[in-house]
Amino acid sequence: MSNFIVSPSPHISSPINTRKIMLDVLIALVPALIASIIFFGVRAFIVTIVCALSCVIFEYLARRLMKRNNTISDLSAVVTGVLLAFNLPVTIPLWIAVLGSFFAIVVVKQLFGGIGQNFANPAITGRIFLFVSFAVHMTTWVKPFYYTNKVDMVSSATPLVNMDGVSTLDLFLGNVGGCLGETSALALIIGGIYLVIKKVISPIIPLTYISTVFILTLVLGENPLNQIFAGGLMLGAIFMATDYSTSPSTNKGKFIFAIGCGLITVAIRLFGNYPEGVSFAILFMNVVCPLIDRATATKPFGLVKNKGGK
Amino acid sequence: MGIYFFKKIQKGAHVPHMKNTEDMSFVRLDKFSEIKIPMRQHMGSVCKPLVKIGDYVKLGQKIGDSESNFSAPIHASCSGTVKKIDNIKTVSGEMIQTVIIENDEKYEISEEVKIPQINNKEDFIKAIRESGIVGLGGAGFPTHVKLDYKGNSKIEKLVVNCAECEPYITSDYRECIEDTDNILYGIECVKKYLGISKVYFGIESNKPKAIKLLKTLTKDDDNFNVITLKSLYPQGAEKTIIYATTGIVVESGKLPADCGVLVMNVSTLGFIGNYIKTGMPLVERKITVDGDAINKPNNLIVPIGAPINEILDYCECKNDLVKKVLMGGPMMGISVADITTPVIKNNNAILAFTEKMCKKEEVSSCIKCGKCISVCPMNLMPAGLEKAYDKKDFEKLNDLAINLCINCGCCSYICPANRPLAQKNQLAKTLLRNKNK
Ligand code: SF4
Ligand code: SF4
Repeated sequence: MSNFIVSPSPHISSPINTRKIMLDVLIALVPALIASIIFFGVRAFIVTIVCALSCVIFEYLARRLMKRNNTISDLSAVVTGVLLAFNLPVTIPLWIAVLGSFFAIVVVKQLFGGIGQNFANPAITGRIFLFVSFAVHMTTWVKPFYYTNKVDMVSSATPLVNMDGVSTLDLFLGNVGGCLGETSALALIIGGIYLVIKKVISPIIPLTYISTVFILTLVLGENPLNQIFAGGLMLGAIFMATDYSTSPSTNKGKFIFAIGCGLITVAIRLFGNYPEGVSFAILFMNVVCPLIDRATATKPFGLVKNKGGK
Repeated sequence: MGIYFFKKIQKGAHVPHMKNTEDMSFVRLDKFSEIKIPMRQHMGSVCKPLVKIGDYVKLGQKIGDSESNFSAPIHASCSGTVKKIDNIKTVSGEMIQTVIIENDEKYEISEEVKIPQINNKEDFIKAIRESGIVGLGGAGFPTHVKLDYKGNSKIEKLVVNCAECEPYITSDYRECIEDTDNILYGIECVKKYLGISKVYFGIESNKPKAIKLLKTLTKDDDNFNVITLKSLYPQGAEKTIIYATTGIVVESGKLPADCGVLVMNVSTLGFIGNYIKTGMPLVERKITVDGDAINKPNNLIVPIGAPINEILDYCECKNDLVKKVLMGGPMMGISVADITTPVIKNNNAILAFTEKMCKKEEVSSCIKCGKCISVCPMNLMPAGLEKAYDKKDFEKLNDLAINLCINCGCCSYICPANRPLAQKNQLAKTLLRNKNK
């Protein structure tokens, strides 16, 4: 009986860790992945795997080169990869997907110090980078089930460009053209509910973001249901705007952040040059996130300022 | 929008309860051949020994006292001969003068033990000081100092702390069940001599039996309120329990008494009740012994000064497997390096853990998940505090109100990256204190 461990309290810790959180996010993305395979065929799966794999490899190499400890086991690179893939059209050439992964992991995440340090969401920034560099590839949308009938393979518009004749039910289920992981609102909502139940994310950001878009488009005379089910809103609100590193930590901050995302999204969608505003909205709010964080710092319990010395 | 911003929502961590011993009545354990009584077992000045080597002392005899008021006298917890007066290392790591008594196991009661004569508040406070009682639930703050509040406010509310939010520990709960009369009598005395009108019991929802018992016993008196608290660690912390029971927010830099509230631990009150009736000073402690290295978890009554290792042996500790021994609960308890150290006044539990419970998970980068913020009962930002400490940014530390951190450990407990947040806060506080010196 000797050599007892002496350590400061607390002596127990909760079972959650970074890796389990990331694993939960991946699990939550599975319904959307299945939906994408149903609507866009096996290629959706291939694109996802390529992105995830290249993200992991880039993360490994970047950490090696920067002589930092290896972090691929926390699974965050896999999450980034899957999210990036979900933001790409299914027809994207694979080398472009790899390039996007490089940008997301190396430039946006690792150059800023890795997990928790990046100021912008890697997947979103990756998407925007590809969108600006390869506009044609990034806006070539195919119709769902194109792989079963080769006739009408390419259609040029997402429902956001032309809402006429698109049924709300199809939008909800995901039976429309668009990026491979963003079309099925249903699948994404299932994933979101899972994350909230598992306490991985707080429902504040998705609920506020989506309601802001809903109310605003309603007021502006659009079909609000179509607006919230279409495009990247669900994917963005549930999985990308809730990214820990790039969203505020307090509830108040999250609320303000999500309203901001909603406003910008609607502004771009209805008045901007691009049909879709989710990525830019989130990116912009990522950038102002530190300001929101500062403005919404918690008020310590019972603290009275300017008292008891300086 | 109501769901977003509750005003001052109570925060904390859902820690496992592990109240394995809740149905175990106290068992008295007094077969100790040697009793070691440190001359400081409380916050405040060290006591001077009043006995010499070779003296025969009896149970309840005062053997240590200090001239300072901010201290509490110390009594012999057995009868026997003083064998040695030596410096030993106590749990806190300090070397403290210690009276070592060879126990004759007769527990002969000293003539000094008399029922105190109390006619007014002064007598009461004096008697409380003489009893040697200190806050039994926490840091060992001398009770008479707390009761003898000299500020401007009038204390109107007494909060009886039965929260017992730490995992494993059930000694306060057993006290509620087994010693209810003394507790109520103790409360009566405090009420009477301090002129307090309202009493609030704060008790966590995972103790339904005690809640029912207290409710039944106090149902005829409107001045008693039994308040069921959410089982959320750390409900038992002073400021949180005041808020949860009375709704009063104790502002920083103020004492609860300045806000008209007094918080006392149930076991302290139970002791006071018994002391006023019998005059027996604080010579024994009710403790929970548990942990995964213990075969027979139990609730025990042991003399103060009993060596921990013998208590562990009694509870069939797996001696070859035990890796960590705690005094107190797993969230705030202190790990002991030398298990021959004695039980002191403010111990409420001894926990022994095997390797399995001591695994240190790897510390990784903060992922900015905000979980530490969402559990901090004081509404601080532990992640920010950690960064400020790492940068030695004193201004920022003060800005983020480091001094309000109660070291409850919720932030470290919850952090998915296993960052030592609470530990860093302690270091930061020490750093600031040294700097301001
Ligand atoms: S910062 Fe202090 S008070 Fe807040 S959770 Fe951590 S240890 Fe507890
Ligand atoms: S809980 Fe840990 S990982 Fe999460 S914000 Fe706090 S310090 Fe960072």
